[in-house]
Amino acid sequence: MNPKRKQRLILILLGTSGVAVAVLLVLFALGQNMNFFYSPSDIAQGDAPLDRDIRAGGMVKDGSVQRDSDSLRVSFVVTDFVSEVQVNYEGILPDLFREGDGVVAIGRLMENGQVEASEVLAKHDETYMPPEVTDALERAESASIY
Amino acid sequence: MLPEYGHFALILALLLATGLSTLPLYGVLSGHGGFQRSATALTWGMTFFLATAFTILVVCFLVDDFSVRIVVENSNSQLPWFYKFSATWGNHEGSMLMWVLMLGGWATAVSLFSGSLSQELKSAVLAVMGMISLAFLLFLLVTSNPFDRLLPIPPGDGGDLNPLLQDFGLIVHPPTLYMGYVGFSVAFAFAIAALITGRFDAGWSRWARPWTNMAWAFLTLGIALGSWWAYYELGWGGWWFWDPVENASFMPWLIGTALIHSQAVSEKRNLFKSWTLLLAILAFSFSLLGTFLVRSGVLTSVHAFATDPERGLFILVILLVTIGSSLLLYALRAGQIRLAGEYRLVSRESFLLFNNIILVVIAFMVLLGTLFPLVFDAFNWRKLSVGAPYFNAMFNFFMVFLLSLLGVGQVLRWKRHPLSDLRPLFKVGIPVALVMGLVLPPLITASFNWRVWLGLALVFWLLAGLVRMLLDRTRNASQPWRALRRAGGSFWGMWLAHLGVAVSVVGVVLVSNYDLARDFRMAPGDTVSMGDYQFRFDGMNIVDGPNYQSDQGVITVLRNDQPIAELHPEKRFYTVQRNTMTEAGIDAGLFRDLYASLAEPLDDEHQTWAVRLQVKPFVRWIWLGSILMAAGGVLALFDRRYRKASGGRS
Repeated sequence: MNPKRKQRLILILLGTSGVAVAVLLVLFALGQNMNFFYSPSDIAQGDAPLDRDIRAGGMVKDGSVQRDSDSLRVSFVVTDFVSEVQVNYEGILPDLFREGDGVVAIGRLMENGQVEASEVLAKHDETYMPPEVTDALERAESASIY
Repeated sequence: MLPEYGHFALILALLLATGLSTLPLYGVLSGHGGFQRSATALTWGMTFFLATAFTILVVCFLVDDFSVRIVVENSNSQLPWFYKFSATWGNHEGSMLMWVLMLGGWATAVSLFSGSLSQELKSAVLAVMGMISLAFLLFLLVTSNPFDRLLPIPPGDGGDLNPLLQDFGLIVHPPTLYMGYVGFSVAFAFAIAALITGRFDAGWSRWARPWTNMAWAFLTLGIALGSWWAYYELGWGGWWFWDPVENASFMPWLIGTALIHSQAVSEKRNLFKSWTLLLAILAFSFSLLGTFLVRSGVLTSVHAFATDPERGLFILVILLVTIGSSLLLYALRAGQIRLAGEYRLVSRESFLLFNNIILVVIAFMVLLGTLFPLVFDAFNWRKLSVGAPYFNAMFNFFMVFLLSLLGVGQVLRWKRHPLSDLRPLFKVGIPVALVMGLVLPPLITASFNWRVWLGLALVFWLLAGLVRMLLDRTRNASQPWRALRRAGGSFWGMWLAHLGVAVSVVGVVLVSNYDLARDFRMAPGDTVSMGDYQFRFDGMNIVDGPNYQSDQGVITVLRNDQPIAELHPEKRFYTVQRNTMTEAGIDAGLFRDLYASLAEPLDDEHQTWAVRLQVKPFVRWIWLGSILMAAGGVLALFDRRYRKASGGRS
């Protein structure tokens, strides 16, 4: 093989093996970081895993928001009007977080059936509703009819 | 009456776009000069009517014409005039009109500044841009007419602009970003025109290059502005969230960055030509994809104004037709491209190839993470989201390689670079980089962190390469300063842009690892300390704005018992939309930002508050670096050979 071809071969091998490694890493990282959405009914039925972050969403139940008196711990109940799940969170809630409105909490489901949230997302304008929440409510409603 | 004229102007623009996308192309294919020359006039006419329509829409907003639906939905008589102005594009219809207007603006610029470009190529380029305009004008008129009326009885007042958008950032961020997005249509049109006419000579790259640089500079600034806006307006001090909408703008940027580098090879060495064409097609396809993601409402974000499946479908069809037909054309024609020239493993060509591979891989990594939830959803499998850790881990991983290669790649010569010549760079650069990365962090804070070490080492490795470039330029010159001055726009543009990369990396690395953020419960008189700083909560004021009422906190920041800054975080209540908004109080500095935001009142008198306090070291460097990158992209336009080329006609 002449040196020119050899160099080109090295280049191609480097390129393809690099891309192959990259693709594997990307897929691995993607698998680790997929956060599936679970409605309160899903959680009540035990569908949600305990060992990874999940997204839990529904409506904030009226009168359920409880603030700790001397820290920023807060807890509230998320409902799809069939089942409920309690969410605990430490920190600052988004501006448009309100009782009776849609919310999505990202965090871990604990053994006691409560969600320890690391992030709470609410809508960002008056008329908007997270599509996942709409979907969860519809599923809960149709499940309760049958 | 005015809105009808606007609507009419849009229809006229549509007719001219129809002409523009057919007549010049017929001229090119049949060799008829008159039809080819019609492109310029048609472009100007189309742009004129687009500008007319846009101006009329702006006027409707400024004079509170509440017979126009989008004015009612997005404005209010109490809104300050500059927000009425920017509300024009703070909604789906208006922003799409601006999109098409900019397309017309770029096409007009091409027709004016194309100098000695052959009439044939110029007509083909303008015709391709005409086709894109046609598609988006149809989209506007059929699904998103900005001049829709609420007649016969218009409401007395409007529903106000979303408070998040009532901000200086909204005035500048979307236009800049759109200039970048849409600007890639020029590179795309050049690529398609080259494929249609079969002219792939180096002149083609020379023509397309300045346009790509310009668009890329706008996109860089637009993304930086978006990041800056999110930082201070969303209220919680994050500057990048890997939100699908951010990704939608970042993917074309990554491909565009690859494109400006591969165009360099195409122009200087007449190599990588089919790859450059493919990248030009990809860059604009990603722009269209971004428009689709942002405007169709498939995503959950601040940017999704409306969810209307018909619109999403329409843009999706435009997207698929554009990508499909251009890739088909590419597949049919790219085989005709003849390659000439050789290069070795250690050469600028090879390293630019590595640059391209890594950037494209990153872009597709981002694409995968962004589209994955949509694909899952489309098949009705599960609802899911891909977390930021995926993007962070992947992006950082690839950036380490990109920066390592960049440090040496930027000093390499074309064709082949003798390894012996690189020895000093390795011998000096690597130890210096490793030691500086180790020495600097303790000067900023006490703690050691291997990520910071690695990040700063890469920065210094990059700087070593930049210094080496200057030494190479001056080594054999009797007058070093003169040699540097004569190095030209291309050299200095690249140098400045790479310096910008270094500056941004410093910002990203330091603020990601050394920022302090804590939530406190504070009553007037309370003092808390964080790092070297004490934050004293002095109390609350009530402040009245034009369309809001605000609880404003006063927080004095002390260092060594000396007051150094006063922060005024606010909680605003917008009376029309009945929304509350957090306005952060920020003391900006080159080396650190002090950042306070009010979360919520913890008592009924609104005196005790949950407050988030943050110290963000070097956060400004992220945007400063972006400005340097954009400036580098623009500086490269002033290279002598472009001026000579465009003056060639006279």
